[in-house]
Amino acid sequence: MADPTMPHEEAAKPSRFDRAPTIEPGHTFASITDKISSIVLSRRTPFGWYVGFAISFAIVNVLLVSVGVLLLRGTGIWGINNRIAWGFAIINFVWWIGIGHAGTLISAILLLLKQEWRTSINRFAEAMTLFAVACAGIFPLLHVGRPYLAYWLVPYPNTMALWPQFRSPLVWDVFAVTTYATVSALFWFVGLIPDLATLRDRAKSRAFKMVYGILAMGWRGSASHWHRYETAYLLLAGLATPLVISVHTVVSFDFATSVIPGWHATFFPPYFVAGAIYAGFAMVLTLAIPLRKAFGVEDFITMRHLENMAKILLATGLIVGYAYIMEIFFAWYSGNPYEQYMIANRMQGPYRWFYWALIFCNIMTPQLLWFKRVRTSPVILFLVAMVVNVGMWLERFVIVITSLHRTYLPSSWGMYYPTMWDWGLFIGTIGLFLALIFLFVRFLPMISIFEMRTLLPEAEVHEEHQA
Amino acid sequence: MSMGNKRTHLDLAKFRGRLQKSGGREYWKSLEDLWEDPEFSALIGQEFPQQAMRSANGFDRRNFLKLMGASIALGGLAACSRPAGVIVPYVDKPEEIVPGRPLFFATAMAMGGFGSGVLVESHEGRPTKIEGNPDHPASLGATDAWGQASILSLYDPDRSQTVMRLGVISTWTEFQAALQPVLQRLRQQGGAGLRLLTETVTSPTLGAQIEAFLGNHPGAVWHQWEPDSLDNVREGSRLAFGTYTNTVYRFDQADVVVSLDSDFLSSGPGHVRYTRDFMTKRRVRSDRKEMNRLYAIHSTPSPTSSIADHRFAVRPSEVESIARELAAGLGLGASAAAGERAHWIGAIARDLQQHRGASIVIAGPEQPPAVHAIAHAINGALGNSGRTLIHTDSPEVGPVNQLASIRQLAADIDAGSVEALLIIGGNPVFTAPADLAFGERMNRVPFRVRLGDDYDETSLVSHWHLPQTHYLEMWSDVRAFDGTVSIVQPLIAPLYNGRSPHELMALLNDDANEPYEIVRSHWRRQAGAGFDQLWRESLHRGAIAGSPLPARALTAAMPPPPDSPAAASPALELVFRPDPTIRDGRFANNGWLQELPKPLTKITWDNPALLSPSTAAKLGLADGEMVRLHHRGVEIEIPVFRVPGHADDVVTLHYGNGRRRVGRVGEGTGFDVYPLRSSAAPWIDSGVRVEKLGRTHPIASTQLHQMLETSDYDRRSLVKSGTLAGYLKDPSLAPHHEEGAPVHHEQGIDEGPTLYPAWKYDGYAWAMAIDTNVCTGCNGCVIACQSENNIPIVGKEEVLNHREMHWLRIDHYYKGTPESPESFHQPLPCMHCENAPCEPVCPVEATSHSSEGLNEMTYNRCVGTRYCANNCPYKVRRFNFFDYSDYATESLKPMRNPDVTVRTRGVMEKCSYCVQRINQARRDSEREGRTIRDGEFTTACAAACPSEAIVFGDKNDPKSLVSRLRAEPAHYGLLVELNTQPRTTYLAALRNPNPEIEAE
Repeated sequence: MADPTMPHEEAAKPSRFDRAPTIEPGHTFASITDKISSIVLSRRTPFGWYVGFAISFAIVNVLLVSVGVLLLRGTGIWGINNRIAWGFAIINFVWWIGIGHAGTLISAILLLLKQEWRTSINRFAEAMTLFAVACAGIFPLLHVGRPYLAYWLVPYPNTMALWPQFRSPLVWDVFAVTTYATVSALFWFVGLIPDLATLRDRAKSRAFKMVYGILAMGWRGSASHWHRYETAYLLLAGLATPLVISVHTVVSFDFATSVIPGWHATFFPPYFVAGAIYAGFAMVLTLAIPLRKAFGVEDFITMRHLENMAKILLATGLIVGYAYIMEIFFAWYSGNPYEQYMIANRMQGPYRWFYWALIFCNIMTPQLLWFKRVRTSPVILFLVAMVVNVGMWLERFVIVITSLHRTYLPSSWGMYYPTMWDWGLFIGTIGLFLALIFLFVRFLPMISIFEMRTLLPEAEVHEEHQA
Repeated sequence: MSMGNKRTHLDLAKFRGRLQKSGGREYWKSLEDLWEDPEFSALIGQEFPQQAMRSANGFDRRNFLKLMGASIALGGLAACSRPAGVIVPYVDKPEEIVPGRPLFFATAMAMGGFGSGVLVESHEGRPTKIEGNPDHPASLGATDAWGQASILSLYDPDRSQTVMRLGVISTWTEFQAALQPVLQRLRQQGGAGLRLLTETVTSPTLGAQIEAFLGNHPGAVWHQWEPDSLDNVREGSRLAFGTYTNTVYRFDQADVVVSLDSDFLSSGPGHVRYTRDFMTKRRVRSDRKEMNRLYAIHSTPSPTSSIADHRFAVRPSEVESIARELAAGLGLGASAAAGERAHWIGAIARDLQQHRGASIVIAGPEQPPAVHAIAHAINGALGNSGRTLIHTDSPEVGPVNQLASIRQLAADIDAGSVEALLIIGGNPVFTAPADLAFGERMNRVPFRVRLGDDYDETSLVSHWHLPQTHYLEMWSDVRAFDGTVSIVQPLIAPLYNGRSPHELMALLNDDANEPYEIVRSHWRRQAGAGFDQLWRESLHRGAIAGSPLPARALTAAMPPPPDSPAAASPALELVFRPDPTIRDGRFANNGWLQELPKPLTKITWDNPALLSPSTAAKLGLADGEMVRLHHRGVEIEIPVFRVPGHADDVVTLHYGNGRRRVGRVGEGTGFDVYPLRSSAAPWIDSGVRVEKLGRTHPIASTQLHQMLETSDYDRRSLVKSGTLAGYLKDPSLAPHHEEGAPVHHEQGIDEGPTLYPAWKYDGYAWAMAIDTNVCTGCNGCVIACQSENNIPIVGKEEVLNHREMHWLRIDHYYKGTPESPESFHQPLPCMHCENAPCEPVCPVEATSHSSEGLNEMTYNRCVGTRYCANNCPYKVRRFNFFDYSDYATESLKPMRNPDVTVRTRGVMEKCSYCVQRINQARRDSEREGRTIRDGEFTTACAAACPSEAIVFGDKNDPKSLVSRLRAEPAHYGLLVELNTQPRTTYLAALRNPNPEIEAE
């Protein structure tokens, strides 16, 4: 510090080493509140919202038809069969659950790590988590042969005096996913309460006042409210953190505990967790980039956010790539002909295009993120994130289908071809997801108002004064 | 209570006593006797005045049986659904019927005219399952797929149900009224103009009826036609011996067998018995280390060629010259072998020489008469006659050249000399040689009647269609391959309005007797004094003692060489064969057989033209590609399918598919190849032209044969195989004796690494051992399982999507080159692993382990996650993706095994080791205070198996057959390296190649 040249040098560097701000300068408490709440309360709903919601609602109807036909006619309408007994339902379940990881990771883990840049993205990332988990939850329920008996997977006192089979990973799934869904919902809702109160106070119409009033649960912003809120939020963050790890670990057990080559692998839990974070951040980027543009909140979701998320994407993508390499290594090193055939079949068999597309999507494409120009270009970043979304779906396809379609006995090898109802259900859940997102951005503050306000310099000054 | 009532009770007791004395298997017959008793009639009259009135007005036995059968059937139907009203229990329980306990009755089923004895399981009057009859020489307790599937034909809802006149529902009375004037007019001309057309007839009673008819109508002519006809066999015997002769083989005496394009193990009269006999010489155990040797000279791979020690794929037209060269090698004739085949023909000849009197040369029915005659001559020269085979008179009633017979009929129709045509059985409009245009010709006959099972192509061009009874509905008799006569007795009153051929002939003969009496009186005349005894015993045993035809000493003449030796032409050859599952088309509406994977190709619901891979490559064809076959001015479109081991430049066509009119199952499946089959060359023909059409037809094969694509599966130790010589060196056939098998896991089946103490099975420990060395892949077990366990069919679309439901499948693997591969059949039921991977993954414990080691499915508990199916390394689990079980069709309900649940949509199912049979045996043994004896019962698959390849029993009992097999050195488990500890295990497949040929 004695060196007089230092300040000068520091001044010269900001363009490269200074972090971009997490909120653009010029905002005040009032402007933040105005800007975010006006999206919900006063601003005219953009025409694009109506178009987008109409399209996604139309796709929701595809979902409803697909579910209706499924319940009426049975799982036979899908492409699954006696040799490949799991198909799109499980692929989509794992895919959605994976996407559902980013929200909690951003909210809870980054909160605990005091990464304050998370503030402007945590709200909709959490919403996205909830909606993704809701979409995921549809599949295991519907994919069973007798959905009206699916509740038998839940341990409850019954006249049959039967528990579920606790050795089955599917039962673990029930616990893991329901816990995750519950904690995520609570976390999200608790975080919303102060903002709901803001909306209640600012709403003009009686209906909005009533609805937000009920949801705000009597929040008055008193010191004791804030105290309890902070405690509850921290506790929930603590609770949610292990769940981020556990859910996908348990989902990976569905495969890892089996005897099928391509499934039976010890490295599946970390591989799946990394993949889930990867998928989740890709989806957050996919949503954040258009949203910030559409609602003009680029000053809240800044380039710094995008870049940070891009870095996480790159890091988790590399972990996933490592897992792919390990998969091949284990097959070779094990000397197990079935494992070796499984890898060879993935690369050269009838589904090889899926495998190589997966490698392109999940391994090659993210390498672009080494470049800052890519990381700071919203359009390219959006495209990369889309490719990763596709790639992560392909990954689950490759794991589920290519492992099952050629197992131990060549006599039982087969092929899986999804039917229109497989696609209908999958696309339908995408529609449901989008529709929920559209409703969310229209009726709830997509960015946490009160947390954004703490990012302002005034907030820190104020706190120091108080202290 | 009046006096009258009291008297009634006393009398009923008396009659009941009579019934009791009569013995169960004659229950039907005794009721009949009772009815004829005037005292009983009077009694019935007292009790049921309405019945008495009917009886006086000709309430005959048929109606009685019909009513009784209907009430039983209806009673059964009511039991299938929730009863609508009050259930009334039996007041007087019928003798021997214990609800829940089946009864077994002996009868016989005819295939191609030749009978095979069966025992039919009957639940409260409903036949539900066919088993082999251990006392019948053609069965010895085993059955083939057709016997097993015949129960479905009985209950087929599409079976013809009523008399039809020109497509309009009519009655038997109207038919009689229409027949009489025609008959009377023809009688005046001595029957001239009247023609009978039947299939092969071995029934002595029907034969006597026909002969009586012909005796009374000297102008009438009897024609015979059967598309699977044994014309070549017959003519071959006449060529060799001067008269139609039947040959009965004794494969249990033969050490060397040469098949000249014969598939004696899976088709033709007596094939079930032949399989049993052949396999007694093939089974290798630690105490029996020898094995017969089979040379298969074939064009189309068949179950027989698939297990052969040496396979020579040749053009069907070459077989005759090969046979002559073989004969020359044995000193018969002078057609010395030349070229590359001289080597192996010489070797075979020397092998035969070394086994004089202990060898068989057998020719297939597709081969021309000369080949059969040469085979007879070789057998004669080798001294096999009287040792490994005997010659008898033909069991047929009037053996004729059926091709000539139907040609004659066609010519007579052209000449206008046929005024009335009565077709009894068969479907000639569909099956007759195409150039006869039988349908068109038939239209020119003024009066056309046919008696048949289905309202089919022939019915469409007949004035009268008469429904025929199923063999389980009628009294008849039939001869087996060796002449043994069985009495065919009904298990159920005709479900529909059918009548048997005997009844039709009785109508023609003005014989007022009922079919029961017709059959009975025929045998009363034959037997004379000891008739009652003979009748009772024969019905009970299912075969008339002493009825096999006596052996005749005959000397075969070598047929003269052909005038112009067939020049080897480069043209493609055609060979026609009956479909391996639905035969000549008669089983086209039988869903079990349609969906039964054909041996080797595993194709269901279709009959593509079969080619060798290299011929297909030459023609630029892949599996499923549509081609147009041009032949003799006719063309048909058909897909092709490659079969490794098929002869080059030969196209195999399976006839019987492509039915135009048969029922909801059989219509629109497969391709009709009869148009190419001419009377000039009904079996082997050449000069077919193949035109590629550039489109494909989906072929539903249940096993994709990747041998053509990947060499990987050599690395998978799936089938343990070796040679007899290798076995003698090292009976465990450990891999180091086999070249090119790098990975093999030597691990005990019953012990694997575990963290937990092993479970102790104190009581029974059920296990199954399957000897792949004697399995021919004949499919008998598959249909037996389907019948026993109420397994639904799913249709071609679902098979294409790998959703077939068979609990037991026969995996088939090739080894070697596509030109001449070795074949291995591996029947695969559930392995009932002690460490079953399916069990821990089920979230609701719907599949669990029994204390006796069964891996059990609890259907009620299954929610259908299908995780178990994924985690099953053997892929034996079957899921009900749709409601496959037919709940709607009434006629199928009484067919189902009442001991086995009918599964609903969304539920997983799989082989249960026939747990219902285990439990039945357990109840029986516990009632008698003993343990279950080995062999006391067995699973449906094991019971059906003609080669006794499947053995089931208690592995905790060291003396049981299954434990002894498990102790055999060649015993192995499939995928034991996964530590599944399977209960179903295998014995290695062995081959016994001739070192002289092998050395090459």
